[in-house]
Amino acid sequence: MTEAGGASAPRNRLAVAGARATTEAMLRNQPRGDVIRNTVFAGLLLLAVVIALAGLLALILQALTKGSSVISPDLVNNPPSTAFPDKAGYRPAIIGSLQLIAGVLLFIVPVGVGAALYLEEYADKSRWWNTVIEVNIQNLAAVPSIIYGILGLAFIVRGPLDLGFILVAGSLTLALLVLPMVIIASREALRAVPDSIRQGSLALGATEWQTIRRQVLPAAIPGIATGIILAVSRAIGETAPLLLVGATVFITFDPTPFGSDGYSAMPVQIFNYALRPQEEFQALAAAGIIVMLVVLLAMNSFAIWLRNRYEQRW
Amino acid sequence: MLQAESKRYGERAIKWLLTLCALLSVLTTTAIIISLIGPTIGFFEIVPGSEFFFSFDWTPQFEPPSFGVLGVVAGTVNVVIWSMLVAIPLGLATAVYLSEYASPRARKTIKPVLEVLTGIPTVAIGFFAVSFILPEIIVPLWPGQFLGGANGKPFMALAASLGIALMVVPIIASLSDDAMRAVPRGLHDGAYALGATKVKVATRVIFPAALSGIVASVVLAISRAVGETMIVLLAAGNTPNPTLNPVESVQVMTSYIATTATGDIATGSIDYKSVFAVGAVLFVMTLIMNVVSIRLVHRYREVYE
Repeated sequence: MTEAGGASAPRNRLAVAGARATTEAMLRNQPRGDVIRNTVFAGLLLLAVVIALAGLLALILQALTKGSSVISPDLVNNPPSTAFPDKAGYRPAIIGSLQLIAGVLLFIVPVGVGAALYLEEYADKSRWWNTVIEVNIQNLAAVPSIIYGILGLAFIVRGPLDLGFILVAGSLTLALLVLPMVIIASREALRAVPDSIRQGSLALGATEWQTIRRQVLPAAIPGIATGIILAVSRAIGETAPLLLVGATVFITFDPTPFGSDGYSAMPVQIFNYALRPQEEFQALAAAGIIVMLVVLLAMNSFAIWLRNRYEQRW
Repeated sequence: MLQAESKRYGERAIKWLLTLCALLSVLTTTAIIISLIGPTIGFFEIVPGSEFFFSFDWTPQFEPPSFGVLGVVAGTVNVVIWSMLVAIPLGLATAVYLSEYASPRARKTIKPVLEVLTGIPTVAIGFFAVSFILPEIIVPLWPGQFLGGANGKPFMALAASLGIALMVVPIIASLSDDAMRAVPRGLHDGAYALGATKVKVATRVIFPAALSGIVASVVLAISRAVGETMIVLLAAGNTPNPTLNPVESVQVMTSYIATTATGDIATGSIDYKSVFAVGAVLFVMTLIMNVVSIRLVHRYREVYE
């Protein structure tokens, strides 16, 4: 439309305005019943949106009002304590969560991107086994997290891997839980790269892997990064599977990856404080939730901004 | 066809490495199934299937214990039904609003906000459900002694239901909105050209055309609700209670697993095996729902894309 240029642009605008005015004048003569029905329906829809957003906003506000009194450096510097709730904090839980996430990243970035590359760039889609892999990944993304806890308990902590109740076992369990998210997001990012780019590169004599590494992957990085950030944020907030693979609650020392004395994680510690009815512990739980929400909402906002910003239109 | 002069072993090795990554997902599923099956078989050597599948008595801690899984399945059904009664209308209304009514600017703010909010950890929602929704919303609004009354109860199924509703509304809204926006513009414009009102276009044209995607989003939401652990663990109490009464305290499948299988449970004990038997039931239930949802999504993708 912009190429129209010159004298025709104002004339076009005039014509559009005229057409719009005529249509609006005609629509104004709708039967009264229709007008009322339209308004009521739109009102109901808006009400639903407001309720949904208000509920989630109330959650954030409630955590803030309940927990703000205990927000202090002690909260992140001190270990938990049942005897002195006014001095209790989240230190081992925060350190535990950071180590858990480091392990998750080490696992999901190569494996998740690798699986997506295979499915998008190498797999022959007409073969049945590739369909099986695909449906299987979609299903794994929706398997309840507690089932991953059972898997971790039976397969990683005990059974074949037999690692015991150590932090690495928790990390591996979380990694398996969020891996499908990374694969699905990376595949979408790879699919968005047009075939002409691949063909151009191959036609110039690049090998398949050179094409993927130098052309396809760089173009898909924003989408892949979004998927990884969202997956990590899910892993940070996940509690249920960790309860099964040995995240204990009252450790007062800093956990280590292979230490057999136990480890803790942020959401598990929040859960434990939340179970205690005393006001002090409830405030501690709320303060922990604030800390987590700040981190997670910042990560998610960044991920979604990244996706919308770099969503390339080829 | 031209062949490369060298054998390109590096290229082949990379391909195999990537294949291994993809196979790991199949391995995960296999491992889940294997780890569930072994102890579950052991469980049925002790507890008869007739008791497990047809009894409502779930009292593993009693002497003699009784393992009627319907006792905890009923708890799950209780929590899920009430949460869906709230979440489905709210989620679908939000989706219709986003895809048909919202101005592009409103849509551009509301949709990302909803997507960001899906990242709220469930332990935070559970805390909110038990310390705010229950005392500040349910108790004051509950009509007197209806169904036994809500006063003075520290836990109830309904608090967990509303928490779960809060969790799945953004999921239903976002996925249904995608489905409705995948309906070709022509259907939409055609209906308007025939003189249909906005309500009619939204409810009689777009909604039915996107139905398979919408149903898929609802089924996925139900599957998420069935598998949700932390909200129920914090808000629904933890007493096995086969009832659909929303103001009672209930135990559900996931909360039984989470409270029983913590840390020092003895491998091989009947409690340990019962965790896997309940886990197997949960896995099969969610698997069926996930497969239905995946197939429905494929269907609308095939029709419109």
